[in-house]
Amino acid sequence: MKEKYVLEYSSAMVDEPVIYTLVKRFDIKVNILRAEISSGQEGSMLVELEGDRAKLDEGRGYLASLSVTLLPISNSLRVREDACIHCGSCTGVCFSGCLTMGAPDWLLAVDRDKCIACGLCVKACPLGLIGLKFGE
Amino acid sequence: MAKSYEEINAKIKAGKAVILTAEEVSRMAEEASPAEIAKKVDVVTTATFGAMCSSGCFINFGHPSPPIRMESISLNGVSVFGGVAAVDGYIGATEVSPEDPKYGGAHVIEALIRGEELLLKAYGKGTDCYPRREVATWVSKATVNEITMVNPRNAYQNYPAATNSTERQLHTYMGSLLPRRGNVNYSTSGELSPLINDPYLRTVGLGTRVFLAGAQGFVSWRGTQFNTTKPRAPNGVPEGNAATLMLTGDLKEMSADFLRAAYFERYGVSLYLGIGIPIPVLDEDMARCVSIRNRDIPVLVCDYGAEGHPAIARTNYEELRSGRVELDGRSVRTAPLSSLSKAREIASLLKAQVASGAFPLGPPAQALPADSTVRGLEIKGRAR
Repeated sequence: MKEKYVLEYSSAMVDEPVIYTLVKRFDIKVNILRAEISSGQEGSMLVELEGDRAKLDEGRGYLASLSVTLLPISNSLRVREDACIHCGSCTGVCFSGCLTMGAPDWLLAVDRDKCIACGLCVKACPLGLIGLKFGE
Repeated sequence: MAKSYEEINAKIKAGKAVILTAEEVSRMAEEASPAEIAKKVDVVTTATFGAMCSSGCFINFGHPSPPIRMESISLNGVSVFGGVAAVDGYIGATEVSPEDPKYGGAHVIEALIRGEELLLKAYGKGTDCYPRREVATWVSKATVNEITMVNPRNAYQNYPAATNSTERQLHTYMGSLLPRRGNVNYSTSGELSPLINDPYLRTVGLGTRVFLAGAQGFVSWRGTQFNTTKPRAPNGVPEGNAATLMLTGDLKEMSADFLRAAYFERYGVSLYLGIGIPIPVLDEDMARCVSIRNRDIPVLVCDYGAEGHPAIARTNYEELRSGRVELDGRSVRTAPLSSLSKAREIASLLKAQVASGAFPLGPPAQALPADSTVRGLEIKGRAR
């Protein structure tokens, strides 16, 4: 199974070979989609983790033991859909296919699992309805 | 066979009028000829819900005692133009708060519609007529006299789509344009768009009743930058932004369902506005006009990365709505900026309003200009 998470870790954790350990010890395939280190040396990383359920559980446990926060990508992207006017502006910059709109109803469709946390939609929404928890 | 406005209104009153949305009549036109449509259909409702910067409201705040000649005015920190009579002002949609560039006139207008209380501050020099020198108080649509929306330029007839050939992302009123022609953004509601359904403005003119953000408003004048010189496709639709409308209505009757404040990144504040116009099917010619389909509407794709935004390709709304268009042999993703679902909601609502008799149709008191062009601004050396 495959799961997408935003990992957030403190400056104390920057020296820890987290990804190496996930691969070697837990046999988890890690696809790093986006990574950032902020000015205070805290890091954020969007990763896709693939492996057996048991291994993934163990891997998550390992990350938790290091106080690395795991935020499922679906919780990282916030779209206030109730206030959306379905203009489509956000769909023009969303290349991962998370935000789409089309026939027949031309209403915004949000597939959070496809989000890659690029953040372009946050500024593209003219009503300021989109938030993304990544870094900062 | 031609129909008069009186005949159409009589049919509406008798409950016998056939009223369709512009999309419904376009589907009908796949099978039926203009002659058949002229016979069967009486009114076609059109609509759009898009960003329209050239919008704003006159507000009469009422006089305090003793009275004031308001010279410098703000609402929630946003500057209101006070260069009219004592307690009149004009709030423009794109005016911004000096403290928050993402908050502006459009937000003030939306808050007024929602019935919120806003902080009014005003100063005057104090005169014999108007001795008071300042006010700071709370106002809402319930406390002020009039809030009259007067929008100098709305409902553009067609509008080019936008792309960006530069190496950096551009932030424009046509949305975020990605580098190297990474996307194409388009506005207008295509075959549902008001002035595309009446390309020569036979039925839309001064005094035409319109749906304006949920209220009944009127076409009060030609819109600014009104242009009749754009090349037209054989069906009469201009290839580019041509005619415009000045619209007027009572904000106190409007609904925030059809008006929303917007902020375009590094461009500024704008106003999403819902407009609907019923078009009477007077004869075969009007039937042909309202039958227009997305594939028949020419759209230029302009490069916002080059000076003067030159057109670099031609497309139509059917292609734009497919999600991809071809630019120089490369397939590029497209996205709308105006809400088609909201425009459809307005067209359906308007259909019901016309059918109920609450939205009578009438001929324009005067036609919009048949010959009008747009000038640039000449810079004549040093003006200091």
